[in-house]
Amino acid sequence: MTSSLHKQTVHDSAVLHVTGAARYIDDLPVPAECLVIVPGLSPVAHGRIQRLDLTGVAAAPGVVRVLTAADIPGRNDVSPVFGDDPAFAEDRVLYHGQIIYAVVATSIRAARAAMRAAVLEIEELPAILTIEEALAQDSLLGRPWQIEAGNPQAELAASPHQIEGQIEIGGQEHFYLEGQAALAMPGEEDQLTIFVSSQHPTEIQHKVADLLGVPNHSITVEVRRMGGGFGGKESQANQPACIAALAARLTGRPAKLVYDRDDDMRITGKRHDFLIRYQAGFDDEGRIRAVIFDQALRCGMSFDLSKAIAERAALHADNGYAIPNMQVTARLCQTHTPSNTAFRGFGGPQGMLGIEAVIDRIAHQLGRDPLAVRQANFYPDHDSPAHDKAAPASTHYGQPVTDGVLNRLTDQLAKSSDYHTRRQEIADWNSQHQMVKRGLALTPVKFGISFNKTFLNQGGALVHVYTDGSVHLNHGGTEMGQGLHTKVRQIVAHVFGLPDAMVRVSATSTGKVPNTSATAASSGTDLNGMAAFRAAETIRARMADYLAGQWQQPADSVRFADGKVHIGPEEMDFARAASLCWQGRVSLSSTGYYATPDIHWDAETGKGQPFYYFAYGAAVSEVVLDLYTGESRMLRTDILHDAGQSINPAIDRGQIEGGFIQGAGWLTCEELVYGKDGRLLTHAPSTYKIPACSDRPLDLRVELLASEGNLSATIHRSKAVGEPPFMLGMSVFFALSDALAAAGPGYPGLDAPATAERLLNAAMRNR
Amino acid sequence: MNKPARQSETSQIEFLLNGQQMTVSAARSDDTLLNWLRQEQKLTGSKEGCAEGDCGACTVLLARAGPDGQISCQPVNGCILFLPMLDGCSLTTVEGVAGPEGALHPVQQALIENHASQCGFCTPGFVVSLLAGWRSGIGWSEQEIEDLLAGNLCRCTGYGPIVAAGRALAGQARPQWEADRLAAEADWLKARQPAPLSYGQPAQPFYAPVDIAELSRLVLEHPAARIIAGATDIGLWVTKKHQDLPGFISVMQVAELQQITETEGHFEIGAAVSHAAANDRLAGDYPALGEIWRRFGSTQVRASGTVCGNIANGSPIGDLAPAFLALGAELVLQKGSEQRALPIEDFFLSYGVQDRQPGEWLRAVRLPKLQEGQVFQAMKISRRFDQDISAVMAAFFLQVDGGQIIAARCGFGGMAAVPARARHCEKALAGAVLDASPPAAALAGLEADFTPITDMRASADYRAAVAGNLLAKLFDGLASGGVVRLAGDGLDQLGLGRQEAAG
Repeated sequence: MTSSLHKQTVHDSAVLHVTGAARYIDDLPVPAECLVIVPGLSPVAHGRIQRLDLTGVAAAPGVVRVLTAADIPGRNDVSPVFGDDPAFAEDRVLYHGQIIYAVVATSIRAARAAMRAAVLEIEELPAILTIEEALAQDSLLGRPWQIEAGNPQAELAASPHQIEGQIEIGGQEHFYLEGQAALAMPGEEDQLTIFVSSQHPTEIQHKVADLLGVPNHSITVEVRRMGGGFGGKESQANQPACIAALAARLTGRPAKLVYDRDDDMRITGKRHDFLIRYQAGFDDEGRIRAVIFDQALRCGMSFDLSKAIAERAALHADNGYAIPNMQVTARLCQTHTPSNTAFRGFGGPQGMLGIEAVIDRIAHQLGRDPLAVRQANFYPDHDSPAHDKAAPASTHYGQPVTDGVLNRLTDQLAKSSDYHTRRQEIADWNSQHQMVKRGLALTPVKFGISFNKTFLNQGGALVHVYTDGSVHLNHGGTEMGQGLHTKVRQIVAHVFGLPDAMVRVSATSTGKVPNTSATAASSGTDLNGMAAFRAAETIRARMADYLAGQWQQPADSVRFADGKVHIGPEEMDFARAASLCWQGRVSLSSTGYYATPDIHWDAETGKGQPFYYFAYGAAVSEVVLDLYTGESRMLRTDILHDAGQSINPAIDRGQIEGGFIQGAGWLTCEELVYGKDGRLLTHAPSTYKIPACSDRPLDLRVELLASEGNLSATIHRSKAVGEPPFMLGMSVFFALSDALAAAGPGYPGLDAPATAERLLNAAMRNR
Repeated sequence: MNKPARQSETSQIEFLLNGQQMTVSAARSDDTLLNWLRQEQKLTGSKEGCAEGDCGACTVLLARAGPDGQISCQPVNGCILFLPMLDGCSLTTVEGVAGPEGALHPVQQALIENHASQCGFCTPGFVVSLLAGWRSGIGWSEQEIEDLLAGNLCRCTGYGPIVAAGRALAGQARPQWEADRLAAEADWLKARQPAPLSYGQPAQPFYAPVDIAELSRLVLEHPAARIIAGATDIGLWVTKKHQDLPGFISVMQVAELQQITETEGHFEIGAAVSHAAANDRLAGDYPALGEIWRRFGSTQVRASGTVCGNIANGSPIGDLAPAFLALGAELVLQKGSEQRALPIEDFFLSYGVQDRQPGEWLRAVRLPKLQEGQVFQAMKISRRFDQDISAVMAAFFLQVDGGQIIAARCGFGGMAAVPARARHCEKALAGAVLDASPPAAALAGLEADFTPITDMRASADYRAAVAGNLLAKLFDGLASGGVVRLAGDGLDQLGLGRQEAAG
């Protein structure tokens, strides 16, 4: 029997991608009367709006109407949680680039020309832009939040060695290739259908309904695919969708808002930049007895998802290390900058970079190989004698680590990458090269899988079997390139024993599967795959029951395989079976629902079991660094990643490789630069540089860890793979730190991103 | 396909779109090709990712016949190409790549088989860029593929699977249907007689003359019109600055300006010579220029942008000006029928201001040939190796005799409001011994020469520090058998290069 599972099936839209036939929002055919929208942005970071006169704009050729906060019939809010993100600024503007008004016109050119007639007077107020300024002025969102385990202060003081320091970690622009985009089509009465590039159709439904003052059932939100999301379309798609909906409602015509690249980068939030201060106490082997972190993150003008992001950063401050005494304090800095938001890893990467910086510094101080220090601190593997089943090592938030694999995984990777031989070879090479240095580092990843907020861990699906044997599949997850639809289709095809092509995944729609969570937190397949599996299983069981009865066979003798249904000795095409079931008045449609078991979390106390399991991986990177210029290049990276029993190894490799490069970009060439006036200066690819083709390592080797499967009962024992590989990029950063350490006696103390400028500065400090 | 019938001057744009002849007369002169494809033709496969020629999602393939009848075929960014620039070309978009009855092209098949698309938004651009490599017959080494794809950004895959798709194309045969299409395209292009184009509304005319006298007359007559070649800069004035420009005069159709001519002492690069063409012809004579061009913009930008355009726009961070300053290049400016020659350093007067009179245009750049005993090196510092704008560009020309520097010219970009020579530094270098490190006076001279600024690309301190370090790196490299270069295949020299056989 052939199964759809565990195969390297190509992406379900691959042919559409390569022929240009895959449609994104701006590609959808629209009626000729469709209007387009251009947003008007704040030219200052902080100020009071004294005058906004758009009469000249409204009267300009091609303009159908202008929109401001005063036009909103319901609530002027597009925030995901806290009610603090207006669709249009009202009295005050809180960041440079905030949307104040919008022009609805027959063409972008007409709208842009009309905007020259806008009269906008703003009284500028002092702006807080950086983490340091926010900390100095106590500009925080909420109170500082803390997790503590053991007795960190006392154990720190009692440790044989102590270090303290800090690391600055830059933010990151998502740079999804398709900018934020929404198209609103008016229906009858108060109904609207929104086509949008969003990871969270349900939230858009709710925000649009609230903004227009209509019930949720009046709004249908549909997402076929996104041209990239990476977290940037979890909450940030709300605003364009709401504005497009408002325009459609008020004009009665279809209306489309597509941010151009510069507007997109100015308006939307990014990965949070962090300032992490640390103190650590350790023994001669580098075993950490206590560590204290103070994590300050730049949230921007509002909460957005910052509270949950700060939590995840704090929860990942241990990465893969069992540290008995630990304290993490999070300070959410409110600044007059775009409201920072979800981005692959959701605070986890920054939290991990903090502890990895600590390890790197400890190793330098002790003169030990950083890998040895890492190994001395790992949580025990679940199958090793060191793992005490009765009292397993626990994280600082009280979750026991019962699925550890980092010791084995790291050993295997160190061996397959010739880590120790190469370390010696590189040291020899470095001793012969004064102004060019190589560096090597192995860094691990342990990433908690599940939304921190327990209630979000639910998924839904809807499956129909038609009488010709074709299957319609819909689920609550959205496709942003990660291959979710391909995997869920494989899962459903497997249930019915059908080739994948017999199952069609339709656009995610709030009208088909309601009340969904965002496709985020790497949970897409875990939640929606399981829900779709259950829906399909329900139908299959009904079919088996009916057919078994008809043929007088036990129900468990009915098998679905290779496009056929076997009922005892009888065999028929799946289509015939479906048709017979219909004639027998068997329902061939079912929903499926899944809620992740065994998880709980108390954000007040900072304790609980927020994660269903952990995902693991590690990478070894080698770099070369030019000490004249600070330029660097990745020479080789070896990755070993645990995807459990992979549903689709090709797709998982794609996530691993792509995630690694994106993570390496975050820590090397990608730098957001704001002007003194709070204006984002790097608002297009001419100035904001994501990795290009030649930036990937000369030699990149990706392997999946041979696995019995996830120890937790996930769908077919697979493991989430969306976010965890992003953090493999840390290996590049610490390889650069290693190369710098070869250039002088001191600890490099590198901040991120490690641009040529930072690397040269660090090298010059260390001469 | 119809054979084009052209009169002496035409006011319509004619080109092939995926094999079909198009005649356009109503579009605005500054309408971009991408907008026209997406809005007017409803061909939405080509995407807008940045509208500035930096992401490649809009990449389309342009074929044209050269003066010699040779068909050249280049990928270009449709987002910053004005529609009238297509006149006489054959355009292939992603929708025109597959064969009859949906038969996938080998490029498309390779991308699918290698799992090279994830979100798919950048994919059409990669398809077309790979197709450009396919048509021009590259060897599909990793280095060639990286250079080919430097102008296409992908945020999902990390590029590995796309490079693998390119590798898989090596040795594959051209399908018959494609050969048939190319033959028909070549017939159309060769049959077409070059004719001057006079297009557009009076408020924004677009002229593409075919001879120099006419070009010169138009520039005199329309001093406010923008002289364009590939529009890789001026395109952004429309798409980014949303300017309403008063008209365009293209130099690209003048056959004489498409030439690089050679005399005993120099090469002369005409105004319509693209970076790609210049690189093909001159990289052998000036390896340092070859490396600048390899990293200049992207394949798409090098196919459209011209050498003279890079000088004429006067940018303080253009890559070629510092190199040409160091080489002692001369500019040929023309007004009406009058020509004058100008040393390049006298051209850049102050930020945004050049020594070019109304009605005058840059006809050519003259590069002196390198002689025995001359060292010419250029080094570019940017945030990313490929498809990036310089933070600092340094070019060094040394006349050396018996281990002693007789004379030096140092050109810098990114260090001042204009590309400029480092006069104090040059003075200190003259007469110095070519040692493993530069004379302290030269480094001090460099500090006196420039007071750089801080911007989004680099801080003033970094620029100042790295400028001196580049001079030190030059001396170190000359003494030790080669200047270290991490970009491209420079790692080979360090013994750290790619093992192609492993691929």
